Amino acid sequence: MSQDTAVAMLARMESGEVTSEEIVRSLLDRADHERRLNVFVHLDADHVLDQARAVDRRRKAGEPVGRLGGVPVAIKDLLCVRGEPTTCSSRMLKGFRPPYDATVIDRLRNAGAILFGKTNMDEFAMGSSTENSAYGPTLNPWDETRVPGGSSGGSAAAVAAGLAPLSLGSDTGGSIRQPAAVCGVVGLKPTYGRVSRYGLIAFASSLDQIGPFAHDLTDTALLLKVISGRDPRDATSVDLPVPDYSATLDTPPEKLRIGIVREFFGEGLDPEVASAIQEAVKLYEKAGATIKEVSLPHSKYGVPAYYIVAPAECSSNLARYDGTTYGHRAEDYSPKYPGEENIAELVRMMMVSRAEGFGPEVKRRIMLGTFALSAGYADQYYNKALQVRRKIRGDFDAAFREVDVLLGPTSPTPAFKLGERTADPLSMYLSDIYTITANLAGIPGLSLPCGFTSQKLPIGLQLLAAPFAEETLLRTARVFERATDWHTRRPKTA
Amino acid sequence: MSLSNDDVAKVALLARLRVSPEELSTFTGQLNSIVDYVAHLQEVDTEGVEPLAHGVEVRNVFRDDARGEPLSREDALANAPKRNATGFLVPAVLD
Repeated sequence: MSQDTAVAMLARMESGEVTSEEIVRSLLDRADHERRLNVFVHLDADHVLDQARAVDRRRKAGEPVGRLGGVPVAIKDLLCVRGEPTTCSSRMLKGFRPPYDATVIDRLRNAGAILFGKTNMDEFAMGSSTENSAYGPTLNPWDETRVPGGSSGGSAAAVAAGLAPLSLGSDTGGSIRQPAAVCGVVGLKPTYGRVSRYGLIAFASSLDQIGPFAHDLTDTALLLKVISGRDPRDATSVDLPVPDYSATLDTPPEKLRIGIVREFFGEGLDPEVASAIQEAVKLYEKAGATIKEVSLPHSKYGVPAYYIVAPAECSSNLARYDGTTYGHRAEDYSPKYPGEENIAELVRMMMVSRAEGFGPEVKRRIMLGTFALSAGYADQYYNKALQVRRKIRGDFDAAFREVDVLLGPTSPTPAFKLGERTADPLSMYLSDIYTITANLAGIPGLSLPCGFTSQKLPIGLQLLAAPFAEETLLRTARVFERATDWHTRRPKTA
Repeated sequence: MSLSNDDVAKVALLARLRVSPEELSTFTGQLNSIVDYVAHLQEVDTEGVEPLAHGVEVRNVFRDDARGEPLSREDALANAPKRNATGFLVPAVLD
């Protein structure tokens, strides 16, 4: 039962075969049994059971229960849930309980979903392996010596390991798609502005977007519909109608024009990943697609532009953690290092609180961003990066005049070993080489399972589409999913 | 360009981060490799290109200037590391 899809669970609840309470009890047992995977940073069994019983009562009474009535959804620990611990896997927010719900949480509640725990992540969503967590890394359910990707590694592993049929993550440079790829599940990053960011603890506000993880596209479409739409509390959320993604999912697009991005098949691409992607191209050809090679000439500038823009926004967003209104405050902030006696006590309190609360990657990015925005360097770095960002967007606009969907690998390699890239920040940053440009351009992208390496590690196929073309993205992906059974494979957990 | 330990110490102060002497040399090395890497951006001809701050450009979103329910004082203070009944407490700013 724990490896069922959300749609299968809904059908069994509707027929009266099983209750939501029975489902969550079985998942709670499983979560306990799979504790070593370190997927959840907070899971309150009583609270989960209360929500499930409430939905069961409504269903029994014949009242409407919502599109997700009784379905458990695991939540990345950067989404605010009123009164529940929300830590971003950081010491800085240990014990923090938000005074309000994020809009997506509100929408999940209205849809009858069961909020099923908070999942582990790289601290403040900065990382590609979930190793930058104050709670320690999450293990990849397919191979426990490997990372689950990141930063939404806990949410990806929750679905892969059958601890929840659905989960929410966030994607700033690939943080949904890359973990989905290496955990063998579906992950979708919506268009910037499709989903409200209200109550998402900010990392880089012009890049962050919330999105779903699921076993398959049918479940992905269902969850995307629930969380999408305009929200007056997020001025960047866009007022466009939200299609019924589930209703059209099984209708293949009238025209299947697919672009193969030349720059996504270069140096550093694992040969087994490359061959799985080539197989996917053949499958689309067989399905009648027009395949065309396209170029995104500025792709190679994606990672450098990102590592200016994202840290710049991060340094500004994370300035709020100063030991004053919430978050960690140091006990002892007396002068310790040379020169500190000249710094005002209040400033020293902030400096020491931040030094104790943040981990090394967060500090590195705050410093990089502070540098890139500092007097004398802002033009050379920050403004230059924003100009390159427009060139990157221009590449996509040109490509989408010729094709409807772009296709390539999600991640250059399958899941890497724990500890393999932690000593070299740049090698970690290159994990996101194929995903990062979609965030800079604001376009939607998804990763879906498309095979395994000889070591039985999942491989992800990435599809990208024009802004607000999530429907095309899902329908195009569904053509592949219907013809394959990769999405039905599950890891053998202990 | 190359950042010195002093440059990085100055950035750390701007960023309100205490760094130990050991951290300072680690960060200086790492920041230098990242800054070298991002210097590739200078290869791109961006003459006359308007900077792009958001992927989906939205401008001037208006709403009615209506009074809503504010966060209660107790909710606002609930997560404070140090507080009294009505406010946040911080080390003295003025002598």
